[in-house]
Amino acid sequence: MNLMTERNLEKAVNDKMSAQGNAIKMQGKDVTVHYGDKQALFGVSLDVPEKMVTALIGPSGCGKSTFLRSLNRMNDTIEGCKVGGLLTLDDEDIYNPKIDVVELRARVGMVFQKPNPFPKSIFENVAYGPRIHGLAKNRQQLDEIVEKSLRRASLFEEVKDRLHEAGTGLSGGQQQRLCIARAIAVSPEVILMDEPCSALDPIATAKVEELIDELRENYTIVIVTHSMQQAARVSQRTAMFHLGNLVEVGDTEMMFTSPTEKRTQDYITGRFG
Amino acid sequence: MSIFMVLVIVMAIATAGYFIGRQRAVSKEGGNVKPHSLPHYHGWWVFLASALPAVLFIAVWAAATGVYLERSAIAELPTRTADTVIASQSLELGMVSGIARGLDRLSDAERANLPQTFAELQPLLASKGVALATEGQDYMIPIAVEWNRNTAWASSVGGIVAIVLALAGAVFGLSGVNVRARARNNVERIILGALIAASGIAILTTIGIILSMLFQTITFFQSVSPSTFFFGTVWDPRFAAAGSGGSQGQFGLVPLLAGTLYIAFVAMLFAVPVGLFAAIYMAEYASRSVRSVVKPLLEVLAGIPTIVYGFFALVTVGPFLRDLSAALSGGYAFIQAQSVLTAGIVMGVMLIPFVSSLSDDIITAVPGSLRDGSLGLGSTKSETIRRVVLPAALPGIVGALLLTASRAIGETMIVVLAAGVAANLNINPFEAMTTITVKIVNQLTGDLEFNSPQTLVAFALGLTLFFITLAMNIFALYIVRKYREQYE
Repeated sequence: MNLMTERNLEKAVNDKMSAQGNAIKMQGKDVTVHYGDKQALFGVSLDVPEKMVTALIGPSGCGKSTFLRSLNRMNDTIEGCKVGGLLTLDDEDIYNPKIDVVELRARVGMVFQKPNPFPKSIFENVAYGPRIHGLAKNRQQLDEIVEKSLRRASLFEEVKDRLHEAGTGLSGGQQQRLCIARAIAVSPEVILMDEPCSALDPIATAKVEELIDELRENYTIVIVTHSMQQAARVSQRTAMFHLGNLVEVGDTEMMFTSPTEKRTQDYITGRFG
Repeated sequence: MSIFMVLVIVMAIATAGYFIGRQRAVSKEGGNVKPHSLPHYHGWWVFLASALPAVLFIAVWAAATGVYLERSAIAELPTRTADTVIASQSLELGMVSGIARGLDRLSDAERANLPQTFAELQPLLASKGVALATEGQDYMIPIAVEWNRNTAWASSVGGIVAIVLALAGAVFGLSGVNVRARARNNVERIILGALIAASGIAILTTIGIILSMLFQTITFFQSVSPSTFFFGTVWDPRFAAAGSGGSQGQFGLVPLLAGTLYIAFVAMLFAVPVGLFAAIYMAEYASRSVRSVVKPLLEVLAGIPTIVYGFFALVTVGPFLRDLSAALSGGYAFIQAQSVLTAGIVMGVMLIPFVSSLSDDIITAVPGSLRDGSLGLGSTKSETIRRVVLPAALPGIVGALLLTASRAIGETMIVVLAAGVAANLNINPFEAMTTITVKIVNQLTGDLEFNSPQTLVAFALGLTLFFITLAMNIFALYIVRKYREQYE
């Protein structure tokens, strides 16, 4: 009961924050995406406010993951994929040919649907990003970064005695938190999460959700989710996608209590999708 | 009744069984009960029940008849003594069966007043197109006649039994046709049996090959001790002196083994980087359209017969390297036309498609999620490949390389033409060396008695080679299997 009130209080604070309006971190204007001949997104315009969790919801195949993947140009790796419109990070066009994609992805990190730790040790998994970006000058700094990232991902206490064992040997929930730690280790500004809990059991899901809520303090987070409850629990803003279009976007509280669009209401109450 | 005729009759019975069985199954349908199997399964079950036992019986009967005929003929041959003209019993037996085959072609009238001596019989049979060795003896004729009589008896009894079996099988199958009869499951079981038999044949063949080499090898080791073979450093089998007193020849494996491994090493040195980089390009960088053109083109290399590679080495690469070295040193060609380098390079070219194709499959099998994970952290493509994809694929690639190496070691035609025949033991890659496979070819194509150590050594070499490649293949499979467990 106590917890509930605390949560409600937090929610109220969040609402106030979003009412005040955080700075806009990323912005999409009229974004279209084609996979070969097939169009997946039809002119989506969406703002991602700084240091908040934005949830993208909608039925399967609605384009929410496509939008997410265009935010750090992961769509580039798919053959035949074309992105149109304008996408910005701190008012800078990320599809500008002068932009260094590699650098962009270091600033906009990503956590995937299925935990995908590298077949290396836990330590090496987290150290991977800092190593390639030269974030640590010596071994001691690297150790610090790894420990800090694992702590932020609430994983350090569980794995501190076996940092040099294989990351693939962890449980599914731990693997996903390891992937989050790995993403944090390169100090990104934005973290994109593509259904991060869909392969996890409820307990592991709860832990990851708790973690997302904590990460909000330092990072801007965009999360794709199929779970309405999850969107309600972790996000401050929610965007509803349907058939490659943005149906509606607003404060999560408002979206779940009084959506303006009928489609949103139907989806949230489980009438389709 | 010939075996062929019996087979035709059995097949006819079985085919008739198929149609009757199917018909009967159709006629039994249409009650309240749902039929267990479709009509054609009943048909097939009758077919198999009829044909399978009969065909198996024919096979066993034919084998048993052969053994029985030989036994009874041997029993009738006169006891062998020191002055028996013919060298061995098997030769004697061969002559008897030759005469028997000839007698088969005679007309009934000719057979009625058969000549009693071999001298008269030989021209008669020769006129029928059966040539016989001149050492034939008179006592062989009655044995051959007996042989033919036994053959005719055995084949007619066997034929009748086979046909009876086929009919009985058909009746058995037909009697079982019923709405709820599980013909489908029965057919399934027989298909399983056939598949097991097919893989069994492959394994048995391997065992047969090993055994046949093993026996010859043992004979070889009776005249040359294994320690001088495995540890001898001189290869000098002495073709010319074969048989003539005292000179045994030296059969040292070491120079051949060294040459084999050296040439394979040079080949791998050439093939591994090229093949691996090609694989990385195709698996990671090439667009689908480029890949669909380049990959088949690269695999054309694998389709070139190795003798053609040998030619290429002999007439193009070898002279080119020799002239190149002459030009570099100003006159003296320090690279011989036939050398470790020539053979190694050409063999390396041959191996490129194996390395690239196997590695390509393995690299593609690394889950895409790992690439996404690495790219999502802001690493470049080559960083991703170097630090994530290749380490993940490494066990598989090592396995692939071992498979390729065992091919390099067993390769024959390229080295026969490009490596030379001199069994040198040196470390200069510009000189000629020879390999185990080249020496096997030399020893077996020589004009020598088959039971001399000079020829038998080929079997010992072959068996050694077999065990080397077998060990490498097993090791490679072990590694590949271990790798698979990681991702599935």
